[in-house]
Amino acid sequence: MADPVLAVHNISKSFGALKASDNVSLDLMPGEVHALIGPNGAGKSTLIKQIAGGLTPDEGRVELLGRDVTGLSTAARAQAGLSRTFQISALAMGYTPLENVMLGAVGQSGGVFRFFRPVMKDKMLLERAWQALKRVGLEENAHAMTSELSHGQRRQLEVAVALTLQPKAFIMDEPMAGMGAEGSKRLTDFLHTLKEEAPILLVEHDMDAVFALADRISVLVYGKIIATGSVDDIRNHPEVRTAYLGEEDAA
Amino acid sequence: MIRERYINAVILALMVIISIAALWMDEPFTITLATKAVILALAAVGLNLALGQGGLVSFGHAAYFGVGGYAMGILASHAQNYTPLMEVPFLIEGTNQMPVIWLVAVVASALLALVIGALSLRTSGVYFIMVTLAFGQMLYYFAISWPAYGGEDGLSIYVRNEFPGLNTLVPIQFFGLCFAVLCVVLFMVHRLNQSPFGLALMGAHQNEERARTVGINVTRLRLVAFVISGAITGLAGALFADLNRFVSPVMFDWHTSGQIMIFIILGGVARLCGPLAGASLYIILEHYLGGLSEYWQIYLGLILLFVVLFAKGGIVGGLARKEVRHG
Repeated sequence: MADPVLAVHNISKSFGALKASDNVSLDLMPGEVHALIGPNGAGKSTLIKQIAGGLTPDEGRVELLGRDVTGLSTAARAQAGLSRTFQISALAMGYTPLENVMLGAVGQSGGVFRFFRPVMKDKMLLERAWQALKRVGLEENAHAMTSELSHGQRRQLEVAVALTLQPKAFIMDEPMAGMGAEGSKRLTDFLHTLKEEAPILLVEHDMDAVFALADRISVLVYGKIIATGSVDDIRNHPEVRTAYLGEEDAA
Repeated sequence: MIRERYINAVILALMVIISIAALWMDEPFTITLATKAVILALAAVGLNLALGQGGLVSFGHAAYFGVGGYAMGILASHAQNYTPLMEVPFLIEGTNQMPVIWLVAVVASALLALVIGALSLRTSGVYFIMVTLAFGQMLYYFAISWPAYGGEDGLSIYVRNEFPGLNTLVPIQFFGLCFAVLCVVLFMVHRLNQSPFGLALMGAHQNEERARTVGINVTRLRLVAFVISGAITGLAGALFADLNRFVSPVMFDWHTSGQIMIFIILGGVARLCGPLAGASLYIILEHYLGGLSEYWQIYLGLILLFVVLFAKGGIVGGLARKEVRHG
């Protein structure tokens, strides 16, 4: 078996008496979509923050390509190859979509401390930025104002910015949230091709998308992973059915 | 809707026209007022980089303005008294050469901004405002209680410092020099706004989490912006001291910090020529309303209130309309 791209080892995090993450381990193999599901309040967001940066676990380790990144800042993890999208779009609203993806390209290039050459004329960065916009189908809106984009378009842009980082692994927090059936379907197809470039850790509520996309699923309940397995394993897992998919069916 | 660059060109041209007209009509005092507006604008250009582009509301930029002023005062006072600044371990003499004074002012205020910024940037929001204010006031009281350079009374420099090839005591020549400095700095800030650094700085202002997630070290980014910002305001301080041929702790006072901020709000936050528009309006109001009533600042307050409530883009924003892309 190949080495995992991203490995989470025995992470625990408590807020007072609340165990938000309780000895969580999971990994992300090359070329896969690994979905993380769980009811509201299960600790998905807390876990994502510990993996992508912003929150330090009390115990445990996060490894990216075998390198311990647990102590690194969010920015350093992004530089190391972790690309994250947010549940609620985190975009520079006063920028155009093109400027947003340029921001990603600049961050990834590491060339932030250049003060004199106009960035919007940098051919290399522009090419990468346009490519990302085209891949999500936003090139026609490139010069609009981000704050005027529709909700679905913002979701697409969020993914485009993640693409500019040319990451080793994607962490996507509900990329389909509020997208509507058609947009959701398109994005599902897109992520299906994207996973070949870099594996995706996907937090998602849209079960159709999860079952269509995921190679493996982990179920998080009260900060604990109660099951990890293929789509069929999870569908038929009794504990999961009780905890998450609806009790009455499980009986 | 006028494009911002035309507005900028008009504002800059107006400064030149007014000064030349004043020269022609033999009104040197108007030239001095224009010079004052240009120098104060330069101080605000510095703050605008931190406040407008970076979103760092520094309420302590008087610190750099004052350090620039005292750099001039200290160097020039030693030159006029023919006493060395320091003899051991090596001899440093005073100077009355502006280029040297400017360099010292820029380096000193940049270093100060580095220290203050490194400490203040650990906080944000109201705390950042308060911490920067506290540092500014610390320097104010230090200047008051430091007798070597005049203490509370300040320090007079009898002859304006020299610039190679110019007679700086001729008002129009000193105006030209200050205006040229402002134009050079504006050009550099303009380039900086367009650069990768500018994109990242304004991006981090709009959405800090986004900037971090694409791998940008936001704290370091802001620290660099803060240092450049302080250096520009420090340079303005040196020029301001030379304009008045006088330095005093008032330059460090929080009123000065507030004033610099008012120029920006009046003229247009994050707008390239906003500080110049704002400082000019301020000087005009101070001169004309100040002539009518001692309490002219009541009217300034009303105008400021109007701008904040109804015309957030200030003068430049009101004319240019187009949303500033980093607000």
